[in-house]
Amino acid sequence: MPFGNTHNNFKLNFKVEEEYPDLTKHNNHMAKVLTKEMYGKLRDKQTPTGFTLDDAIQTGVDNPGHPFIMTVGCVAGDEESYEVFKDLFDPVISDRHGGYKATDKHKTDLNFENLKGGDDLDPNYVLSSRVRTGRSIKGYALPPHNSRGERRAVEKLSVEALNSLDGEFKGKYYPLKSMTDAEQEQLIADHFLFDKPVSPLLLGAGMARDWPDARGIWHNENKTFLVWVNEEDHLRVISMQKGGNMKEVFKRFCVGLKRIEDIFKKHNHDYMWNDHLGFILTCPSNLGTGLRGGVHVKLPKLSTHAKFEEILTRLRLQKRGTGGVDTASVGGVFDISNADRIGSSEVEQVQCVVDGVKLMVEMEKKLEKGESIDSMIPAQK
Amino acid sequence: MASSFARILSSKRKVGILSLVGAGSLTVGFFLNREQHVNAGAHVRRIYPASAEYPDLRKHNNCMASHLTPAVYAKLCDKTTPNGYTLDQAMQTGVDNPGHPFIKTVGMVAGDEESYEVFADIFNPVIKERHNGYDPCNMKHPTDLDSSKIRGGQFDDKYVLSSRVRTGRSIRGLSLPPACTRAERREVERVVIDALAGLKGDLAGKYYSLTLMTEQEQQQLIDDHFLFDKPVSPLLTCAGMARDWPDARGIWHNNEKTFLVWVNEEDHTRVISMEKGGNMKRVFERFCKGLQEVERLIQERGWEFMWNEHLGYILTCPSNLGTGLRAGVHVTLPRLSKDPRFPKILDNLRLQKRGTGGVDTAAVGNTFDISNLDRLGQSEVQLVQTVIDGVNYLIECEKKLERGQDIKIPAPISQFK
Repeated sequence: MPFGNTHNNFKLNFKVEEEYPDLTKHNNHMAKVLTKEMYGKLRDKQTPTGFTLDDAIQTGVDNPGHPFIMTVGCVAGDEESYEVFKDLFDPVISDRHGGYKATDKHKTDLNFENLKGGDDLDPNYVLSSRVRTGRSIKGYALPPHNSRGERRAVEKLSVEALNSLDGEFKGKYYPLKSMTDAEQEQLIADHFLFDKPVSPLLLGAGMARDWPDARGIWHNENKTFLVWVNEEDHLRVISMQKGGNMKEVFKRFCVGLKRIEDIFKKHNHDYMWNDHLGFILTCPSNLGTGLRGGVHVKLPKLSTHAKFEEILTRLRLQKRGTGGVDTASVGGVFDISNADRIGSSEVEQVQCVVDGVKLMVEMEKKLEKGESIDSMIPAQK
Repeated sequence: MASSFARILSSKRKVGILSLVGAGSLTVGFFLNREQHVNAGAHVRRIYPASAEYPDLRKHNNCMASHLTPAVYAKLCDKTTPNGYTLDQAMQTGVDNPGHPFIKTVGMVAGDEESYEVFADIFNPVIKERHNGYDPCNMKHPTDLDSSKIRGGQFDDKYVLSSRVRTGRSIRGLSLPPACTRAERREVERVVIDALAGLKGDLAGKYYSLTLMTEQEQQQLIDDHFLFDKPVSPLLTCAGMARDWPDARGIWHNNEKTFLVWVNEEDHTRVISMEKGGNMKRVFERFCKGLQEVERLIQERGWEFMWNEHLGYILTCPSNLGTGLRAGVHVTLPRLSKDPRFPKILDNLRLQKRGTGGVDTAAVGNTFDISNLDRLGQSEVQLVQTVIDGVNYLIECEKKLERGQDIKIPAPISQFK
């Protein structure tokens, strides 16, 4: 809840065992980690904005999860959540991010020149390329917890910064609550429009409150650089284009992010970042780079190969349907992207995608010719 | 211990100050009083002025949006109830659900009994609009559960397929579903099922916890049309009523399957008496007897229902204040339902129609759910009598139309008796 901690204080009149949630049927990272003792230790704490443990875990309590899919089950309400509720978040982060330790350091590298190749993915297979990340503005509460006033302030700052971009980044902001029907149809046709969240994972965390107040979409005139304001994070930044030139997509991504950051800094605003967790975002799964770099690629034969999943795992990649997370693939076209977010840099993660997709397209071509791909199967990266 | 401090609260009818030392060095003070104004709790910390926080309600069509001016918001936004519930929490459901041009929803909920007092400046006009002019400031609500006063009430089974009366009850001293903590919700469950276990004779029954029920039990409850599911309506989910589902939720029913209690769904309890056929009189008798028995049993243990003389029984949604009572029948009216005067007839009889799936459903075939429109300002006996007299009139109309005779729109009955 956005205003103060009065209700949490009241809860403390009840014993720990009376308040501790029943997590016996749950299967998410939070449920695996939150013992009654940990709950007892953390429940009387609050961040400076008044975010509490119960606020952080409500989404995980309300969404027990799935036997096969492991969701995170907790969110941050502000930058300090990761510190105040360290005892919860550190093991959750470790489980989610392959053993990332509380003492590990995260490297940020947004130097697009460090990416090797990536401009020659076969457009007959790679239909589109895209890189996205999120950014949070320091000093403001995050979407699960922010008040209307705070959310509007984030929108105002962001739009001011975006409107001062020029060159290939010159663009326009479309607030959700005042866009015209014509604008809305165009944004849908461009696959830019985001809708009110329907996933109970997000709803249970309070991220859809006051919809569509202070939410909107900004994009450049070329429709290759797009920013979502106040959806699941303060900002989601997306660079995309048709075809396989990931190098160009990543360059635009890095340049655009830097330009926006420079403008924020001029107005004394920073992104939330530290050298342990990298960029701070709402969901622990997006810490580090918050980067998902991916392609829509045609792999009808490879995707039915017995070793497809194994190949993806070894390449440190993941597959999704072309509708994004939790969707199925259509017509043998998959969304392939990096699996990691923290512990490796942006350049390293996009490099995985570039190298991995290039290899998989070659495998697909081999399978088309009826040849075996056994010799091409990579070692674990 | 939650139960002991709540019992102290419930047994004090005058000014009572209760201090509790919780974990560490936290101290919480409570003021609970029926006669005087309830004191609000601690002020909330705020970074932005009320004008920056005021919601954009220009496209909204619900009772909250109609009455929440910037001035009212500014006056109330820093207040909390003794349990810490705030205006922003109360109105979140109305901000998130703008409404529909044709259906006007309420747009706010109470988190506890004191909400109606601390946020009276918004609740009172909302109540007045929703309850057709009932003014909590200067009107009193009559409670009457003496079923012997009912006249008639045995409908022709050829037309009336089933009869049902429902209401809700809240346990004083425990927060309501939008705000309750897990411990409070579990306490509600304990208090209620403890009391229900004391019911005897035709009311004796069994509790089925949602977390523990077997697949067989679940299937039986579905077949009996008793099982309630996790709310999906955004009106309820945005108000926080589905939190921690299915913890501390369950269904109790008597062995004869004519008296049913829902625990911790939209209210602490929903109490339902029902039967196949048209014996509304018996349904209401069982309803009153059951409610009075349950009340006696909880009082034996030091608890009571939330109630006051202006708002009657206190429930989560302002639309259910007063009696919280919906008495209705499933009735087949093939000819009358096609008559263009049908809506006006219902209006004048102060009845409403719904589909047989309940609120927001469509009628199937020619069978309608017909029930009382009003909740507040008339007693239970008065409302059930209204339904009985009204349904009798509808059946008479149907019979007249069967015989080729014409029907008349009745004069509108008065609302506040």
